[in-house]
Amino acid sequence: MNTPTNLKYTKSDEYFDPATGAVGISDYAQNQLSDIVFVELLVDEGEEVTVGKAIASVESVKASSEIYAPAAGKVSAVNKGLSDKPETLNSDPYGEGWMIKIEGGAGDVMDSVAYEKYCEGRSH
Amino acid sequence: MNNAASATLSAKIVEPTIFELSSPGRRGVKMPASDVPTTALPPNHLLRSDLPLPELAEVDVVRHYMKLSKFNYSVDDGFYPLGSCTMKYNPKINEDTCRLPGFLFTHPLQPIETVQGNLALMFEMQEWLKEISGFEGVTLQPAAGAHGEFTGVLMMAAYHKSRGDLKRTKMLIPDAAHGTNPASVGMLGFTVITIPSDSRGNVDLEKLKAACDDTVVGMMLTNPNTLGMFDENIEKVVNMVKDCGGLMYGDGANLNALLGIVRPGDLGFDVMHFNLHKTFSVPHGGGGPGSGPVGVSQRLVDFLPSPLVGIVEEGDDETAPLYDFVTPKNSIGRMKAFHGHFGGGLVRAYTYIAMHGPDGLKDISQYAVLNANYLQARLRDTYKIPYDRICMHEFVMEGQFEGSDIRALDIAKRLMDYNFHPPTNYFPLIVHEALMIEPTETENKDTLDRFADALIKIAEEAKSQPELLHDAPHITPFGRMDEVKAARELVLCCWLPENYDASQ
Repeated sequence: MNTPTNLKYTKSDEYFDPATGAVGISDYAQNQLSDIVFVELLVDEGEEVTVGKAIASVESVKASSEIYAPAAGKVSAVNKGLSDKPETLNSDPYGEGWMIKIEGGAGDVMDSVAYEKYCEGRSH
Repeated sequence: MNNAASATLSAKIVEPTIFELSSPGRRGVKMPASDVPTTALPPNHLLRSDLPLPELAEVDVVRHYMKLSKFNYSVDDGFYPLGSCTMKYNPKINEDTCRLPGFLFTHPLQPIETVQGNLALMFEMQEWLKEISGFEGVTLQPAAGAHGEFTGVLMMAAYHKSRGDLKRTKMLIPDAAHGTNPASVGMLGFTVITIPSDSRGNVDLEKLKAACDDTVVGMMLTNPNTLGMFDENIEKVVNMVKDCGGLMYGDGANLNALLGIVRPGDLGFDVMHFNLHKTFSVPHGGGGPGSGPVGVSQRLVDFLPSPLVGIVEEGDDETAPLYDFVTPKNSIGRMKAFHGHFGGGLVRAYTYIAMHGPDGLKDISQYAVLNANYLQARLRDTYKIPYDRICMHEFVMEGQFEGSDIRALDIAKRLMDYNFHPPTNYFPLIVHEALMIEPTETENKDTLDRFADALIKIAEEAKSQPELLHDAPHITPFGRMDEVKAARELVLCCWLPENYDASQ
């Protein structure tokens, strides 16, 4: 499990980068979903989002799920090319696989150590 | 068999599409010269010059579909333990009855005096489903389970609206629910509140309590749930929802566990759909036809879809009663053209119920539960069963092993090499690498043992020869499908449209 220490994580497996505002899904999440075949971003640049708002919809060969905003604030950027390359979420979730950037403060998030522990405790 | 050999075999037996078999000018029927006056064609803008239909002789068509049918696997071929789908054997007597000329050669627009037998069957079916479920009224209209859900949720909405209770917009749905539940709720614009399951697979009562308030439309609960667990606190759950003014919806997908034992109406449910194609042996798979009648409690009876079948003139010893269509007082209206899937669904299910009778129906559920528990007991030491207690008609185990990269999909595919249909996989979502197994009552102990032996053998193979699982299936007409490619490149046509751009 790859969980960079500079990021914050939610219980629903989004990450938030406090430095850049980047939001995406964790390596644990992409691994659980397996091959991702579809992603649709549900917010536009300039939009205000609240914590928990659905910002994207992701489908894999196993399941579909909503991705929620881990932070509140203004959407300063969206990764426009992502929907053409959903596999990026599998190959590089923390890099090219970023979804949106939020200018604002995180909600209820964990650091990488707490998140890893949380994931290990979910083996059922 | 090595990969090269299996690829050659696949290449040899691949059947072209019917369009590829087409040859210009070839035909199956030679039409006689017209002996009726010709009339003008419709205006040009309604006509097209090009209609690329395949051109073949009758024998070509028959052989093509005969070949394709041999690639198929059905419950008539073998064991089909697809969890939550109740793939029981469908008795062949159903096929006789639904083809009786009196049923087969009738039309829904015939005068009702000429179809009294059909109406009598529908009326009796409504009565039987009421008795089986403990409800006060039943509609036979919905075309399938999800359509039944939508019908039920419409009635729940109509009930609150009729009371002027307009602030109710939240539907409570457990995390183990079928995906159709939130989808049906979404169709009405309600908000879904997910209620987690507790460590025993029951609805988490604390979480439920926190969600219950005066904005709750109701709760949609599958009981037994998709883990195959009967909710041990079902009465508390029902009471909590009712105490906050909500209605209880029962997803009847798993009714095969309850026949003659528990009636959802008696438990306090207000509405439930039946899946005649699961519980009552209407053939399904490959898209239908389904049939999803809905039963309701007293407080929803007036909202049932219209029309229902009723007796409008009582009969006596000499004369049969007169059946006709009747409209409930506050009906939500028609849910389907005509009267539901009559011949394909209702006549078959009616036959099934009539052939079993009350004691036979109870046997069905008892054997369904016994079979599932037998399989669970045989597999418990080999596969992890995260919610391990006495199950109902199905159970869920994990298709993964400590220290191995084998996943549920690999196990499912490998089962095909043992001539079994794989179980449902990756559902419910609350179990990692889920394999959901529902044997149904129609399988004997020998079949269950062969299936358990195969799964135990596969678990050994996962350790000793994992590549056997990774590359499975090996003996089927086609090997491992590329599901990712199929999902990413949505080309469903047999020829590519002009100007098709794969990157779009």
